[in-house]
Amino acid sequence: MIVPQILRGRLTTLRPNVSALFLSRSHFTYYPTSSSSGKKMNMFNAINNAMDLALENDNSALLFGEDVGFGGVFRCSVNLRDKYGKNRVFNTPLCEQGIAGFAIGVANTGVTAIAEIQFADYIFPSFDQIVNEAAKYRYRSGGLFDCGSLTFRVPCGAVGHGALYHSQSPEAYFAHTPGLRIVIPRGPVKAKGLLLACVRDPNPCIVFEPKTLYRAAVEEVPLDYYTSDLGKADVLCEGKDVTLIGWGTQVHVLLEVANLAKEKLGVDCEVIDLVSILPWDTDAVCKSAKKTGRVIIAHEAPYTQGFGSEIAAYIQEKCFLHLEAPVKRVTGWDTPFPHVFEPFYLPDKHRCLSAVQDIMLF
Amino acid sequence: MSFLRKSVQLLGAVGRNQQHLKAIRGAISAAAPRGYSSEASTDYANFPGAKAPFVSKLKLNMPEDYAPIPIYRVMDRDGFIADESQDPQLGREVVEKMFRDMVLLNTMDKILYESQRQGRISFYMTNFGEEASHIGSAAALEMRDLIYAQYREAGVLVWRGFRIDQFIDQCFGNQDDLGRGKQMPVHYGSKELNFVTISSPLSTQMPQAVGAAYAMKLRPDNDACVVCYFGEGAASEGDAHAAFNFAATLGCPVILFCRNNGFAISTPSHEQYKGDGIAGRGPMGYGIATIRVDGTDVFAVYNAMKAAKEYVLKENKPVVFEALAYRVSHHSTSDDSTAYRSADEIEVWNSVEHPISKLKRYMVHKGWFNEEEESAFVKDVRKRVLKQIAVSEKKTKPNWSEMFEGVYAEMPQHLVEQQKELQQHVEAHKEFYPLKNFKQ
Repeated sequence: MIVPQILRGRLTTLRPNVSALFLSRSHFTYYPTSSSSGKKMNMFNAINNAMDLALENDNSALLFGEDVGFGGVFRCSVNLRDKYGKNRVFNTPLCEQGIAGFAIGVANTGVTAIAEIQFADYIFPSFDQIVNEAAKYRYRSGGLFDCGSLTFRVPCGAVGHGALYHSQSPEAYFAHTPGLRIVIPRGPVKAKGLLLACVRDPNPCIVFEPKTLYRAAVEEVPLDYYTSDLGKADVLCEGKDVTLIGWGTQVHVLLEVANLAKEKLGVDCEVIDLVSILPWDTDAVCKSAKKTGRVIIAHEAPYTQGFGSEIAAYIQEKCFLHLEAPVKRVTGWDTPFPHVFEPFYLPDKHRCLSAVQDIMLF
Repeated sequence: MSFLRKSVQLLGAVGRNQQHLKAIRGAISAAAPRGYSSEASTDYANFPGAKAPFVSKLKLNMPEDYAPIPIYRVMDRDGFIADESQDPQLGREVVEKMFRDMVLLNTMDKILYESQRQGRISFYMTNFGEEASHIGSAAALEMRDLIYAQYREAGVLVWRGFRIDQFIDQCFGNQDDLGRGKQMPVHYGSKELNFVTISSPLSTQMPQAVGAAYAMKLRPDNDACVVCYFGEGAASEGDAHAAFNFAATLGCPVILFCRNNGFAISTPSHEQYKGDGIAGRGPMGYGIATIRVDGTDVFAVYNAMKAAKEYVLKENKPVVFEALAYRVSHHSTSDDSTAYRSADEIEVWNSVEHPISKLKRYMVHKGWFNEEEESAFVKDVRKRVLKQIAVSEKKTKPNWSEMFEGVYAEMPQHLVEQQKELQQHVEAHKEFYPLKNFKQ
């Protein structure tokens, strides 16, 4: 799909000094994941490093999508074609259903396929291939065939000015599909670990990468090969009063909210990065919900049938006697993602903080 | 491919403008190596999107300007070979296997169709009229060649050795079904026979076949291709476009085999497309080598597939293959095709133009056909199929808890819990569930 020139310019050619300016206008403050050693990388560097390792470790692995060859519109595949050859790192025609179907076929032969859909907003033409085909391959064939060696990388989420078709968070559409794995990293360390885990996982996986973090998120990333657990949530900050659950960029909003809640309200928040949308970590969520008795779920995607609905319903069913207040969802509104109104659309720290206040007063 | 461009009108124009054409050709060969040079000849365009000569007269390029791609045929309807040089010279044994596999498929189809009418299986789709395109194409391939099919290609499986009990067990979804009872009847698959499990969504297999072919191409000393079957209706799906274009641009050894049988359920092909069938899209549309054959002529299909396979492996490029036939069958057991076409029309294709009749006539000329052996064979197949139906019908279905298996490579926690929940429920309410039909 075509990236509007302005957007492409901002996302792919921002120099570090300019990015500070960009950050000051964004709706979140980045909280790095600390790691003992490594190299300072932003998220696109970390993803590039992960794909480099994936291609190096498995000499049949393939990497493809629209504009992947020259390095990708977000620079994630930069230099990989030079290093691994144009047979292994290549552009496809501009056709998402083709990319997805092609990737499934590659994976049918047992070869590792890392396929990029340029924006999550453009994943819908491949919905049929992903939902009816990739997700059901193993099941419907009685295990004779599968496409488990397939991973989709899909930039998603708000970016400040992406409007309707460069901002969406479509994870809930896919969360309704048995057979898929869906993960969303909150930063470089996690992005690398999750991508390598998905590449190795014997199920078709989708990694939704919050694109606003590609440059904005910088942290020490270990250079070695490592994987992050799939299906496991991370408790980033312990607390006893309210559980805050989010994923991707929203995790950073919630971490700031936890600080503000302590400072301004004297409320002790526990922040959970769900990480995996499907299958998701019900144990970690319920453990925290039972401890605090109050839960707020926040995501950028719209409210109705967002993944927050699934979590809220599950908590209500499994933790009913422990709840001190109704589970609250702070999300995008039930509208398309708007251009100039983005600051009013997002579930920003102010909306989340006031939800904390409300849930404590319930 | 050049003949495709030569309509009567164009030929005339070419004759009048020989001089001009020479100049254009000169420009093409001179400009091509120069790439994006600004010094390109004035009558030759240097746009990155297409390389072609300029013209100074406006002309709409009309579909009628292009001659239709001809239909390759080896044997006429009376079973005579028209051009001896095209006789594949197959031995008696191979021809007999071709014939018997077609007859077996036809006989099995008739009985399974009836058994669906009697409510013994839930659904069925026959292959009547298209047996030659299955058998002819399968015979030209090796077992290492990977097959992606739509649903009306059971003959390919027959040729490869899928057994009657395997077909029928799948239709009943019993405990011996390789697919574990999860899909509707006729959604066959066999790892052993390199035949990817069929799924209902049309054309989805097409870009998948292209991806598999790409991966296979990169294997050292690859000597296997991929064949992807689809109907002319399915070729209208977006995935067909994706497959044609990806196969061409990424250089994939795949044969895109279209069974053009004139109908997609009730929709006749003239409501499906306005171009020259599916073959017409190949050379000019996607830049793919293309062949169109008489799909009722098993030898034509066989020869063309041999040539196609040789080409795709040598060049690492795709082939568009269109086999023209007629869907003698109803679309499926859920369809009565006389609602949208005449019984007389069907009868022609079911007799004189039928692939089995044609091969039979060829065998009669050769002195290879024995009426007695033939009817004994049909009788034997009937007996085996009927017996197998009785056996397959009685076999228990897989244990119902298998419903939760294979969603993921390993069962995740939430599915373990759901499986357990159902276990407890069924235990408490046994009388409401058909437990005796399922393996314990």
